Amino acid sequence: MSLTPGPDGYTPSARQRERIAYRRRQSVRSVAIAAVSTLVLGVALMLGVTGSPGWQRVRESFLDASVARAALPSVLSGLWLNLRLLVFCAVGALALGLGIALLRTLRPAVFFPLRALATSYTYVFRGAPLIIVLYVMTFGVPGLRLSGTPSVLVLGGIALVLVYGAYLAEVFRAGIESVHPSQWAAARSLGLTYRQTLRHVVLPQAVRRVAPPMLNDLVAMQKDVGLISLAGPVDAIRAAQIVTAETYDFTPYIVAGVLFVLLAVPLVAITDRITVRAARRQGAV
Amino acid sequence: MTPVLACDSVRKVFHGNVVLDDVSLTVDEGEAVVLIGASGSGKSTLLRCVNLLETVDDGTIHLDGRDITDPRVNADEVRRNIGVVFQSYNLFPHLTVLDNITLALRRVHKRRRRDAEQHARRVLDQVGLADRAGAYPDRLSGGQQQRVAIARALASYPRLLLLDEVTSALDPELVGEVLALVHELKGMGITMVIATHEMGFAREVADRVCFLDAGRILESGPPAELFDAPREERTRRFLARVSARG
Repeated sequence: MSLTPGPDGYTPSARQRERIAYRRRQSVRSVAIAAVSTLVLGVALMLGVTGSPGWQRVRESFLDASVARAALPSVLSGLWLNLRLLVFCAVGALALGLGIALLRTLRPAVFFPLRALATSYTYVFRGAPLIIVLYVMTFGVPGLRLSGTPSVLVLGGIALVLVYGAYLAEVFRAGIESVHPSQWAAARSLGLTYRQTLRHVVLPQAVRRVAPPMLNDLVAMQKDVGLISLAGPVDAIRAAQIVTAETYDFTPYIVAGVLFVLLAVPLVAITDRITVRAARRQGAV
Repeated sequence: MTPVLACDSVRKVFHGNVVLDDVSLTVDEGEAVVLIGASGSGKSTLLRCVNLLETVDDGTIHLDGRDITDPRVNADEVRRNIGVVFQSYNLFPHLTVLDNITLALRRVHKRRRRDAEQHARRVLDQVGLADRAGAYPDRLSGGQQQRVAIARALASYPRLLLLDEVTSALDPELVGEVLALVHELKGMGITMVIATHEMGFAREVADRVCFLDAGRILESGPPAELFDAPREERTRRFLARVSARG
């Protein structure tokens, strides 16, 4: 609200002017308080960490620039594996999750076995720890000595897809069930079949609604793809570990950690943007 | 001439509650039949049974002489010939006004996109919303949304149009525009079954009014007769109650 007269010749009353002035003073005050408290906290943290008795040693063994430079190439090539694996697993888990969620919505009795299978899958793989699934897939399955067994990398990827697919299936299912039954009624009454209704009316609304939790699961997955290194392949963290073992310096871990965060930033930013947009759209409805 | 709709001794039970009890009703081509009655008297359930959103527990419903309560009929095919407008509009929020109308034309009636869009624009023009074709439903007022819902139901030339309390969710000042549109439909000779609480509107638009009470059609007749000289005591009491309220 401005203090100058509007186009209609309106000038705020003395009471309104007083309110505006008060609100302005309040906001200046809260900005000042926030600035001071941030500064105090920052200085305290810095003094606390750098002033600690072991700071010199920690700095040498965790933040050594020369070790970081030396480790960067191998950590980066490990990260490249993480990235490829992430793309493969994300696509796989999304497809599997959607498929399972759709199976669970099928009502006709003939589909009972499929539905039961889909349900038990989500129960088992949401409960099973990822590491154990990974071991079973990467050590157990090759142990069968079947011809055409894929590489450990693919098997590990499948383990990740299986576990994350179960979570994503539940996310998709929640989305499908959140679409109001009246949408089904409207679509079916227009003559759309069950499949057409699902495809053109229910799923587009469901996916939009669950996009934030779905992307959140993918952000979590980005960190877990590295666990595949337990089975042999060298990912970024494993590469960092190797360099650490050679130099007795932990800096490579910090390098890998920073790279992971940098990798996550765009995904997290997209998630936040979509969440805000979804909230705005829902608020407008 | 075979009536467009013929319900014969329809019965529907929900969890032991008899919601429709021996309901018989015929609707001829071009006729507008209005169902009145208190909430829970079975008006909406009857419409949902006609549209096969509910299966009847006894009796038959014929659409153009064909028994649609036979479990062997293809429900999707039957619904293609019946348009429904709901109390809460039920537009698809993720689609524009135009796409709301073309969805069924393209997917169910297999019309090409351009053809479907041209037709949809014509229908939108009829309901006076040609300029809102590109808008999303949440940008429209309740009355406009309901007019889009009517356009969507009309676009595929249904044999029968079911209107389920289409003004009940609207603000009072928006009721008029929707009722005026239904009047126009009546003028176009569209066969309709209308469930409503608007007695003045029922009187104007109906060829025949049916009073439902506890799942039965207690009384039916031309509006002048039913409103001005009801035979049944319950009808009189219902009419007195709603006129006192309105």
